[in-house]
Amino acid sequence: MYLILLLLAGVFVNNYVLSQFLGICPFLGVSKKVDTAAGMGAAVIFVIVLACAASWLVYNLILLPLNMTYLYNIAFILVIASLVQFVEMFLKKSVPSLYQALGVFLPLITTNCAVLGVAVVNMQNEYDLITSIVNGVGGAAGFALAIILFAGIRERIEDNDTPKAFDGFPMALVTAGLMSIAFLGFSGLISL
Amino acid sequence: MSNPIKVIKNGIIDENPTFVQVIGMCPTLAVTSSAINGIGMGLSTAAVLICANLFISLLRKIIPDKVRIPCFIVVIATFVTIVEFLLKAYLPALNASLGLYIPLIVVNCIILGRAEAFASKNGPIDSICDGIGNGLGFTIALACIGLVREFIGSGTLFNITVLPEAFPRTLLFIMAPGAFFTLGCMMAALNHFRNKKKA
Repeated sequence: MYLILLLLAGVFVNNYVLSQFLGICPFLGVSKKVDTAAGMGAAVIFVIVLACAASWLVYNLILLPLNMTYLYNIAFILVIASLVQFVEMFLKKSVPSLYQALGVFLPLITTNCAVLGVAVVNMQNEYDLITSIVNGVGGAAGFALAIILFAGIRERIEDNDTPKAFDGFPMALVTAGLMSIAFLGFSGLISL
Repeated sequence: MSNPIKVIKNGIIDENPTFVQVIGMCPTLAVTSSAINGIGMGLSTAAVLICANLFISLLRKIIPDKVRIPCFIVVIATFVTIVEFLLKAYLPALNASLGLYIPLIVVNCIILGRAEAFASKNGPIDSICDGIGNGLGFTIALACIGLVREFIGSGTLFNITVLPEAFPRTLLFIMAPGAFFTLGCMMAALNHFRNKKKA
């Protein structure tokens, strides 16, 4: 039950993009079309789940026993960077169709702060392996939901007349603000 | 690019990381609920940026081209860890309010971006200047956003109450949506002035 609540909280209440500002760069950068946004969302879910498991293992099996927890930041970013590289090589060899679909987005994910953010949150809250992964899935699904909805809205905005000064980023930011208000409606829905 | 003043000015105005390059958005939006938080975040990032730029510039001839990104990340992560320890020891209150976003300086695209675009191609002095310029540009942007949000959201400036109690506070502005609105409107205003200048 706790895990289901954690999952839902990650998607709606503590949405990583709209209430915690993690992963804003890809959120604004690759949200011009729904297709690419969906590709990015899928790639992020995939990588975050692996990264949660890998960083949990590194932290609890290597850093804790050796009393080197102060190196967590360096360790996590290296784990994530090499994981992304590994996933890219693996997909290229064995699942070329998925690689084709995700291809461009995979390298970008290393600098998606949602991935490192979830790993650090898991560590700070001392979640166990299963809870960490569930938290990762929730956060990543929240990211995917937000970016796909946002891309849908941006596709509509393209066809509309916006004030000249608001062209491009300013309009996108105001739109994200309105979406963020909508997601505020979920707060208080679940208390952990 | 041998004129240090020009390099610094370039970072603050012509290529301001927030308003012109639009990178490093996560901390920009997340920690600017007050001016002090914004300045703290800006200066921490600037410190990491300057040190990372210096060391990457010194090491640029040793680091093999193929593995340069992981090397840059390790250098950056090292300085972020140092900054985190310093904040924990000397400014625990600021560290608590910035929280998660301090370790996340590692993935701030400004730092990796400057390492890749500038420090890996230029000498140490120029790289330090570039770090100072971009770091200050980032700090100034965060401070501006922080001031606006703090003023509208809690009626204070640098924690000093400036709006009379009777005046209603718009709490929304220190919450998540306010960050998007403030930055969006500020960028729109800048665009407006730029369009006017051109016309």
